[in-house]
Amino acid sequence: MKTCLVVDDSSVIRKVARRILEDLSFTIAEAADGEEALRSCKERMPEAILLDWNMPVMDGLEFLQRLRKEPGGDKPIVVFCTTENDVAHIARAMRAGANEYIMKPFDREIVESKFQEVGLI
Amino acid sequence: MSQEFEFFRKFLRERSGLVLTPDKQYLLESRLMPVARKAGVSSLPELAVKLSRATTFDPLAIQVVEAMTTNESFFFRDKVPFDNFQQVMIPHFLQSRANERRIRIWCAAASTGQEPYSLAITVRELAAKLSGWRIEITATDLSVEVLEKAKAGIYTQFEVQRGMPINMLLKYFEQSGDTWKIDPSLRSMITWKQLNLLDDFRHLGTFDIVFCRNVLIYFDHETKSAVLEKTAKMLAPDGYLVMGAAETVVGLTTTFKPAANQRGLYSLASASAPAATLSPFAPRKIA
Repeated sequence: MKTCLVVDDSSVIRKVARRILEDLSFTIAEAADGEEALRSCKERMPEAILLDWNMPVMDGLEFLQRLRKEPGGDKPIVVFCTTENDVAHIARAMRAGANEYIMKPFDREIVESKFQEVGLI
Repeated sequence: MSQEFEFFRKFLRERSGLVLTPDKQYLLESRLMPVARKAGVSSLPELAVKLSRATTFDPLAIQVVEAMTTNESFFFRDKVPFDNFQQVMIPHFLQSRANERRIRIWCAAASTGQEPYSLAITVRELAAKLSGWRIEITATDLSVEVLEKAKAGIYTQFEVQRGMPINMLLKYFEQSGDTWKIDPSLRSMITWKQLNLLDDFRHLGTFDIVFCRNVLIYFDHETKSAVLEKTAKMLAPDGYLVMGAAETVVGLTTTFKPAANQRGLYSLASASAPAATLSPFAPRKIA
């Protein structure tokens, strides 16, 4: 079973994402900010990461940049999931090594379609 | 199981091939009550009575089928047909149409445009191979309203996230507030026409590829067969018919046969050099 790390400072969003991803047969790990997420990745690199942008302590973009420099940090497929929905932000995230990008609000079908797109399901 | 559930189950099965399992009973209420209210009745049993007297093409019957069949359009919906387009159909015509350098495609149920635009994007991504070729896409739909939306090429954030890879979104759409507008050069690759598949459509000419997905489900058995027979007459001898993931021609017509062992892809049974024997290009993902 593949693991997906859900990184979002909102526990409600984490819960919604967890429900959707568990239905898609993922095991879920959670983190409330980039630093927590990085710690989690160092312990165990997940196959997929659903990543918010704006979070306290360490934001999603910084997390992604640091993750990609970690040993094995090139492996996880990273799908941004954020309210930042302008071209400039999307392009920045993709340049930083994101694999896909979800603009909030999202629903089950968007998550499913994006995860299919990057070959996770 | 209630009497009206049995009625709707039988009705939908006969009308659209939709199989309504008991666990989907809640859908009847949530999807059909708005239809019922619009038709001036206040309950599902009443709607059932009204439907039982409806003729085949009664608008009410069509509304019920439409409400029950998920009608949401995705870009690159089901993926496989677009992989087949790129890896089987286009390579085939690159050889067989080398003289004319023209490929004609018909989207027979274009809806809000996701399918023809997905094809246009695929063609654009293959520009290197198709340089000097004319690729014509004709998109038709029954509904003028739906076609207007398709033609405008403006989609909400929700719509562009259903099936459109983010890189393609950045490459082929322009953001304007909360909406995304497709590149005008892609729009101009497509000719839009209102068309009822029950009418004569010979005036559209001959096509190499026909996408006829998830639309025959709205018709009864005889009509499905008739539309397929008419479509066959407009297809080039080595042309392809593409149907929806859950659809088949089996039992409807013998004019088509499965092609290239690909689900949902058909060629004419009379085709002398079956497209099935063609070896596709190595699979390559558009990125």
